[in-house]
Amino acid sequence: MHIKQEQSERHVLTLMVDNESGTLARVAGMFTSRGYNIDSLTVADISEDHAVSRITIVTNGPPPVIDQIIAQCERLVPVHKVTDLTEAGPHVERELALVKVAGDGDKRVEAMRLADIYRARVIDATVRSFIFEITGSPEKIDTFVALMREVGLVEVARTGVAGLMRGAELS
Amino acid sequence: MTEKSGADILIETLIEQGVDTIFGYPGGAVLPIYDAIFQHPKIKHVLVRHEAGAAHAAEGYARSTGKPGVVLVTSGPGATNAVTGIADAFLDSIPLVVLTGQVATNLIGSDAFQEADTVGITRHCSKHNYLVKDPAHLANVVREAFAIATTGRPGPVVIDIPKNVQVATADAARPKSNASPRYVPAGEADFATINKAVELLANAKAPILYTGGGVINSGPAASELLRELAELTGAPVTSTLMGLGAYPAKGEAWLGMLGMHGTYEANMAMNQCDVMLCLGARFDDRVTGRLDAFSPDSIKIHVDIDRSSINKTVAVDLPIVADVGAAMKQMINIWKSRKYKAQDLSEWWARIKGWRAIECLNYPSKDTEIMPQYAIERLYELTKDKNPIITTEVGQHQMWAAQHFHFDDPNKWLTSGGLGTMGYGMPAAIGAQMGNPDALVIDIAGEASIQMNIQEMGTATQYRLPIKIFILNNEWMGMVRQWQELTYEGRYSSSYSDSLPDFVRLAESYGWKGIRCDDPAKLDDAIAEMIAYDGPVMFDCRVTKAANCFPMIPSGAAHTEMLLHSDEVSGTMDDEAKALV
Ligand SMILES: Cc1ncc(C[n+]2csc(CCOP(=O)(O)OP(=O)(O)O)c2C)c(N)n1
Ligand SMILES: [Mg+2]
Repeated sequence: MHIKQEQSERHVLTLMVDNESGTLARVAGMFTSRGYNIDSLTVADISEDHAVSRITIVTNGPPPVIDQIIAQCERLVPVHKVTDLTEAGPHVERELALVKVAGDGDKRVEAMRLADIYRARVIDATVRSFIFEITGSPEKIDTFVALMREVGLVEVARTGVAGLMRGAELS
Repeated sequence: MTEKSGADILIETLIEQGVDTIFGYPGGAVLPIYDAIFQHPKIKHVLVRHEAGAAHAAEGYARSTGKPGVVLVTSGPGATNAVTGIADAFLDSIPLVVLTGQVATNLIGSDAFQEADTVGITRHCSKHNYLVKDPAHLANVVREAFAIATTGRPGPVVIDIPKNVQVATADAARPKSNASPRYVPAGEADFATINKAVELLANAKAPILYTGGGVINSGPAASELLRELAELTGAPVTSTLMGLGAYPAKGEAWLGMLGMHGTYEANMAMNQCDVMLCLGARFDDRVTGRLDAFSPDSIKIHVDIDRSSINKTVAVDLPIVADVGAAMKQMINIWKSRKYKAQDLSEWWARIKGWRAIECLNYPSKDTEIMPQYAIERLYELTKDKNPIITTEVGQHQMWAAQHFHFDDPNKWLTSGGLGTMGYGMPAAIGAQMGNPDALVIDIAGEASIQMNIQEMGTATQYRLPIKIFILNNEWMGMVRQWQELTYEGRYSSSYSDSLPDFVRLAESYGWKGIRCDDPAKLDDAIAEMIAYDGPVMFDCRVTKAANCFPMIPSGAAHTEMLLHSDEVSGTMDDEAKALV
């Protein structure tokens, strides 16, 4: 007997939650305890009175599992609203990455040239290194990081995806 | 402004919430609360012998009264001991409020004496939990905890209270805040959806009502509505283990329990129906059998108050997120006001009659030994006039009780369904007896399970609770032995109940009455003696050792592949089936 794997889809979920201790553990822990995947997770306080945070989770699973994930999130007391951006229609997704590159000569020049094309900004520089700041879709960042590997990538920090629906509506 | 200690605020808020009974066990981290209880005679504290007993007793109290059960335990080991009961209440949707002591806030995280991360440990086996860091928050946390535990799909809520928060003071006259409660459970469904459901039912040629614990949780009115709905639609009714009693076993439409050890007629009717109305049940694996063969041709309507129960394992055609009681009321109103008529169901009932004729619950009788099924039958016959509350442990005896004891009312059958917790029955009986002092409360037990919380005998003695423990003693962990016989060619690995105590002498040492019986001819008299005794009784009913519980749908099999007798058992299973629980 072998363990079966199912076809997965990637979904971006955004959750409005009470900004209180334990909420993140409750949401993230629910994913692990029920065997769901978390590809990335971001969380920050977003309201004027600091009462509400937004969590953006990128997950994957077969469609019925995605539906269960949403239902299980909604079941948590501090979770007020869950929107599946992937399902809801046009939306934007952005991620920020800090990319450290080291090298001399041609490699250093090439790193600068590529950063320019990808609209990455230099936020730290020494004679041997740069840190680039880049924002964009996760795919754009993936490509940029892959290119930087060729020219002296040292390390990367990524924020994970934040997303909102397009248009005037609330996500 | 009146300053009060956290402990006093806690107790006063409990009283405000209508609490009169707490099941608990003291310790360092809850001493301030115990001192407050000492000075508030309005609250009766039941001292258990182990914190698991407290949680199960609170469950028994809750299930039999419909009120939330309240538990109070100390930090560290007190809290971890209660976890099984919390997880049990979570899976069976039982309203509990569990108060746990915690080390002082300044010590949290320092591996202090009797520190455990209670909120972390219970996070995913409770409906919600709190760590209260300021006595000023305590009253509102308790209020919200009761609301969360008892409304929507009920469940356990844990409140972890550091010792310094119990001692520190706060303004106790703060107004209640629930201007906008953040927890809003589902109520009624919209008219169009309910109307669609009614139409489907009225046009069905082979409908079935598949009911579960949600009907019981919705309150006694829901059970009445179920009876009315069954009457109007003419549909047969089956129930999960959790829902027994919502529809009366003596009712004409009753098919018996469904699922792994359910009746042939219930499972066949589920398989063959054309419209299935699922009311407050959750398509559990014990119920559905092999999913791809589960009721293949039916239109499925699912009413559940918890959206996450819908489409979790079985995709349904018409989901209705609502309280089952409210939804049934809406269905009945529409049915009546629009003067719906059920189809002619005589052909459907004729088929059901054919399945019933198999008499799947028959068992071989013996004169020399007590068959366990016979023992339950006699217990039922001799106690039914008293409308007893029955609790159980987990194993064959539990399934035989579900099959052969018959329930006509809700809240009379208390069993650990979801978690399947051995050791549940005796503390649950204690809780049920506390909540129903005049009721006859019987725990139908196995000799192995009963030893898991045997210490609670002392609790029954202390509070003069006349509970009856009826042990079907087969000297085996019978259910384990049965699976080993079915799946592992009879290699009985560690399933024999060796070194059993003498249950009669054990009973006597706690001041109980002990009765032993191994003769079918004497069984009725012995049961009568048990019922007549005005105090706790432990009944060691020596039954046939190797009986198996049938009918049975083996793990991974379809409803139509039910085993009716032991001679159909092969003794082996493929790996796919072995991997299932
Ligand atoms: C706490 C716990 N541990 C283990 C099990 C697994 N289990 C299920 S039934 C059973 C045997 C129960 O034996 P007994 O109480 O004698 O009941 P019988 O089946 O013989 O009627 C066991 C070990 C369980 N359900 N709960
Ligand atoms: Mg046994």
